[in-house]
Amino acid sequence: MTFVLPPGLALQKVDERIMTLNVGPQHPGSGHMRIVVQIDGDYIVACDPDPGYVHRGEEKMAEYRNYITNIPHLERPVIHDSCNVLYPYVLGAEELLGIEVPERAKYVRVIASELNRCIYIMYWLAIYGIFLGHSTMFMWPAGDRELLIDLMEKMTGARVTHAHFVPGGVRNDLPPNFEDVCLRQVNYFEKRIKEYAAVFYDNPILIARTKDTGILSRQDAIRYGTTGSVLRASGVDYDLRVKEPYDVYDELDVHTNVMKEGDSYARSKVPWFDMLESCNIIRQALQKMPKSGSVRVKLKPNPKTKGLESVYKRVESGRGSLGCYIVSDAKVEPYRVKLSVPSFRNLIALPNLLRGEKLGNMPSVYWSLNYWPVEADR
Amino acid sequence: MSVIAPKFKLSEFIKSLLDNIFWIILILVLIGLPAVMMILFVIEMPVIDGELLTPFLAFTWMADPTRILPVVHAFMATDIFRVMAFPGFGFAALLAAATIFVERKMLAKLQLRVGPFYCGKFEGILQLMGDGLKLISKEIIIPAKADKPIFWAAPVLFVAAAAAFVAFIPVAPGWVVADVEMGLLGVFAVIGFFPIITILSAWSANSKFPFIGGIRALFQMVSFEIPLILSLLGVVMLTGSLNLSEIAASQSSFPWIVFLPVGAIVFFITMLAELERIPFDLPEAESEIVAGWLTELSGMMYGLVQLGTYLKLYAFAALFVVLFLGGWNGPMVVPPFPVEILEGIEMGPITVGPFPGLPLFTQEMLNGTLWFVLKTAGIIFFILLPRGVFPRIRVDMLLNLGWSKLIGLSFVNIFIALGLLYAGVLGPGGLQ
Repeated sequence: MTFVLPPGLALQKVDERIMTLNVGPQHPGSGHMRIVVQIDGDYIVACDPDPGYVHRGEEKMAEYRNYITNIPHLERPVIHDSCNVLYPYVLGAEELLGIEVPERAKYVRVIASELNRCIYIMYWLAIYGIFLGHSTMFMWPAGDRELLIDLMEKMTGARVTHAHFVPGGVRNDLPPNFEDVCLRQVNYFEKRIKEYAAVFYDNPILIARTKDTGILSRQDAIRYGTTGSVLRASGVDYDLRVKEPYDVYDELDVHTNVMKEGDSYARSKVPWFDMLESCNIIRQALQKMPKSGSVRVKLKPNPKTKGLESVYKRVESGRGSLGCYIVSDAKVEPYRVKLSVPSFRNLIALPNLLRGEKLGNMPSVYWSLNYWPVEADR
Repeated sequence: MSVIAPKFKLSEFIKSLLDNIFWIILILVLIGLPAVMMILFVIEMPVIDGELLTPFLAFTWMADPTRILPVVHAFMATDIFRVMAFPGFGFAALLAAATIFVERKMLAKLQLRVGPFYCGKFEGILQLMGDGLKLISKEIIIPAKADKPIFWAAPVLFVAAAAAFVAFIPVAPGWVVADVEMGLLGVFAVIGFFPIITILSAWSANSKFPFIGGIRALFQMVSFEIPLILSLLGVVMLTGSLNLSEIAASQSSFPWIVFLPVGAIVFFITMLAELERIPFDLPEAESEIVAGWLTELSGMMYGLVQLGTYLKLYAFAALFVVLFLGGWNGPMVVPPFPVEILEGIEMGPITVGPFPGLPLFTQEMLNGTLWFVLKTAGIIFFILLPRGVFPRIRVDMLLNLGWSKLIGLSFVNIFIALGLLYAGVLGPGGLQ
């Protein structure tokens, strides 16, 4: 009896020149995922990203908890960007439950969100540096990140997983004297990240390595549905903070940074501009924030909605547009929570970018897509 | 059927011998060295520096303390001392260990960290020893499909080649292990061994990532060997000799880097590539090919490769110093040995001395060693520095650099040397 394999599983006869490499999941250059790369000499002929190693069922878990107890576990997909991951869920829950957020709380949220964006981008930049073999660029962002983590610790009480945003505002008011400390630290941080240009972004070897590699054209960027820094590096002026302002972003002067090249270098530089922009936003928010007032609306225990309702909210996270779709059926728990994550959208571009590239470009192109494996798997 | 070993098979036995070749060599050395010493007791040895030096005679200082200095003096004139201790392996290994420590601390300072800190009383100075102990105590795992004899032999060969490289380096006038007339050619020959050892190790591991790393190492070393050799031709033309000691001695008034800066720069860049240091660490690019050709090496095999790498680093830095920076030449800063001690110290009624063996080292030798070590440390610093500043480059950029730019520049260097030679400014023996 012969067993016939279905066509997809049958062993293909491949050219002997072509070698298949399993990059990951146990590989220093992959993160929690696997990229199956086929190389001919030094050139990549095919690439097949294989995510899913850290799937944790966050969306299903959200169906068994009420609107408040969903908060700590929903920020787990990207703990370095925990405020931004939680932001769309909290906005959606507020709309469903019909809560009006105090003005001060909105500003506190903006400050926390921008600080967290910087923390995430610093972590991302550290790994981008070490992927290119630049160990100083690994250590500097990892060290300077501590400044903002200390700020977040003062603000929320936790260093990484803050669980600070709740439906109806933020969990706690700012500590006394926080505005001065925050302004000082952010000013120093801005001065510090400007120094990165000298050692990293203006480095001739880095420019020679990442310029004109993995070019994502404007049309392709839109067609694949990429978001965030990847989209902006391809010349599309798209930032949800400007296009669909939420909370108090419409009262702040937010500038969108766009680069036209669409190569790895542009994709690595746009987040750096974003950090500088975040510093500006934090300074503006600190100035315009009401000096006193409530930061949280008192909720009833186990709040629930009236009937079958749904809401979709999205924010600009450190990686791009992050959406949250909540369906409620008049119970204590949400009927369905769906996270629409930017990482997975950006990953779609990877096979097309890597085809025809050299093997040495694989880490820089892959990580410049601002991909966070845990978020993509949820 | 044999009763003693019923399942004995000669082929299996030979195979197991080959599997454990590393430990067999180690045990042979541990037993063999004492055995050689026993034989040396019996064999009559030649007279060195007025002393008949057999190991037996070497112990006569126990009976007569005044013989300590002559015996030490005679021992220092032997080849064993030169190979094992001063200009050879021991000296190089000490400098290599210092290099590792300095590298870690310097990079840490550059990157806002503290580096090794807890091992040892002062700033983690014993960290290297701790790392070595860890590597020795680890299990050595060999891939099942590896070609075992070659896989075992590669790290040992790597260290042996690096040690052979060290042997050519003249540290002070007359202090060199192998004072070969064709010294520079010997150096080229030894450098030519490294890519072979690398590709053998990578290929025999029978694994994909080491294979790619080995191919990359082969590309890199072969394509940079040509500019390496060409960039040194200028020095050879001006000196008229291939003997490294003579090349060093010819720079008593000025180092060759003054006249051949292009050659020095080309040699420095090719040196970085041969050493697989950042920005040329493609064979070990971790984010692309795990650890390159070192991926399957574990335990002390990895440790041996690291030892060989740092010995090689010292040897290349020393070669740069000898060829371009004047080797041991430098102003005399070491004070002469006090004459009073030689003639005997008067302490009231008694006079101690005179001491027949003193001074152990001549003033020139100490001064030469001091300048040599200082210059080598400086070059090693510049070899380490790019690691904190540059990212890694790509294979195509590397090959482009090696084959087009560096070879062109080294020909420019040769023409500069020829111009200097025919213009009569310089010639064999220095400034005309």
